[in-house]
Amino acid sequence: MTTTITPPAVAETARWTRKDLLGLRELSAEEIRLILQTAESFREISLRPIKKVPALRGKTVVNLFFEPSTRTRTSFELAAKRLSADIVNIAPQGSSLSKGETVLDTVRNLEALKVDVLVIRHAAAGVPALIARQASSSVINAGDGAHEHPTQALLDLFTIQEKRGHLEGLNVSIIGDIAHSRVARSNIWGLTKLGARVTVCGPPTLMPAEIGQLGVRVTYHVEEAIRGADVLMLLRIQHERQEMRLIPGLREYRLRYGLTRERMALAKPEALIMHPGPVNRGVEIDSSVADGPFSVILDQVTNGLAVRMAVLFLVSGTPKAEEGA
Amino acid sequence: MSAPEPSFREKGKVMDAEAIRRAIVRIAHEVLEHHKGGEALALVGIRTRGALLAQRLAKEIESIDRRPVPVGILDITLYRDDLSRIALNPIVHATEIPFNVDELHLILVDDVLFTGRTIRAALNALNDLGRPKTIQLAVLVDRGHRELPIRADYAGKNIPTNLREHVEVRLVELDEQDEVVVEVPAHAEGHAA
Repeated sequence: MTTTITPPAVAETARWTRKDLLGLRELSAEEIRLILQTAESFREISLRPIKKVPALRGKTVVNLFFEPSTRTRTSFELAAKRLSADIVNIAPQGSSLSKGETVLDTVRNLEALKVDVLVIRHAAAGVPALIARQASSSVINAGDGAHEHPTQALLDLFTIQEKRGHLEGLNVSIIGDIAHSRVARSNIWGLTKLGARVTVCGPPTLMPAEIGQLGVRVTYHVEEAIRGADVLMLLRIQHERQEMRLIPGLREYRLRYGLTRERMALAKPEALIMHPGPVNRGVEIDSSVADGPFSVILDQVTNGLAVRMAVLFLVSGTPKAEEGA
Repeated sequence: MSAPEPSFREKGKVMDAEAIRRAIVRIAHEVLEHHKGGEALALVGIRTRGALLAQRLAKEIESIDRRPVPVGILDITLYRDDLSRIALNPIVHATEIPFNVDELHLILVDDVLFTGRTIRAALNALNDLGRPKTIQLAVLVDRGHRELPIRADYAGKNIPTNLREHVEVRLVELDEQDEVVVEVPAHAEGHAA
């Protein structure tokens, strides 16, 4: 019994040099591949009886979530723990943020405690970038407004690559609330950089006017998005959108845009079904599809851990300003 | 920014392809002699050249003993004690050990034994994978200068070196030919290795 040495997907000379991960827009295809390859190496750790390696021993990671989140926060927390880092969770409720402290003051206080990585989610686009410019610690964007959610897109890319072996030439359709979705934006950047063809689909009220400039095909008919797609990526429809009068109702949405069992008949026989969660069963996707044989929704969650371990590891390895070059 | 790589020039070839082959054959015999038939034996090579050497050693042991020997690949990047000191991240590869290490007699295989820190990291990594019955160490070259209490159980060749020299093992799978060379800094007052 022998194991073969698989050739690396990226050049051995590829190096991560960024202090922060703020979005996929500014990354090169090579940098994205480096993250995916590093994640591939980290996946095995979570299958061990002892799910821990000492790589980030002595580092401190802070989850600074100004917006509620369970899965992303938990995923980052477990990723940090499996790398032996210490992690602190800060939520707006019960912190000084609810006492009127500014975001930058909060960050200055955390930096005075000598933390190494800040994982930041905020309802306003650009907050992680603002903090990254001020802070000497590494900043990882865990979702900012409707701007970017890079680790979600990276885990989506990773999952597609795992299931299909490649990304080049695949047809990926993103269906739902494109206008308010940071997941859609990060995925469009990542998928197009790695050579996939992206179609976005949703009601005109939920479609940004200039979306075509990102190099994607736009359709308002879900059947067109489903036909011929190798990957169907559903986005969560938030109930607030109905109150904002952007969609007439959730039932109406399902009728016009929901991925129902009937519509699945239009899809390629092995089209992957993806969803960043949390799933609204019976709105954007029917239960029988979400739980069907081609759904990789739970694989996305599993892979998210490996991807976040990779990102924590990579940003922690770059020299910080105060340490000098 | 990363420091410029110090340039090295070749000082001399210390092993050729035939010497490497003979060393591996000899180590295969020594391993079988020590393990009296090779029961519950497995090899674990340290990426990248140690893994290639482990595969060659397994082939030799199999041809002598007519019994397959499992081979695993260990990536020790995450266990290095200098992660915070290296300027930029090395690429992490996966550990691929397709068998349970518990109760096995493991032979750890690497190309060059130098300070012993790689082996220290490998022992920690193996520790996280289970509890082997014994672990021994086989290396193609022992160049001395240990910083930890570690020694090789099987060594292809002992090569006395000074600290400024490089010992480079080249294997045909990656480097077009099999050879071991000693290199010295291109400029006499060059950087320490």
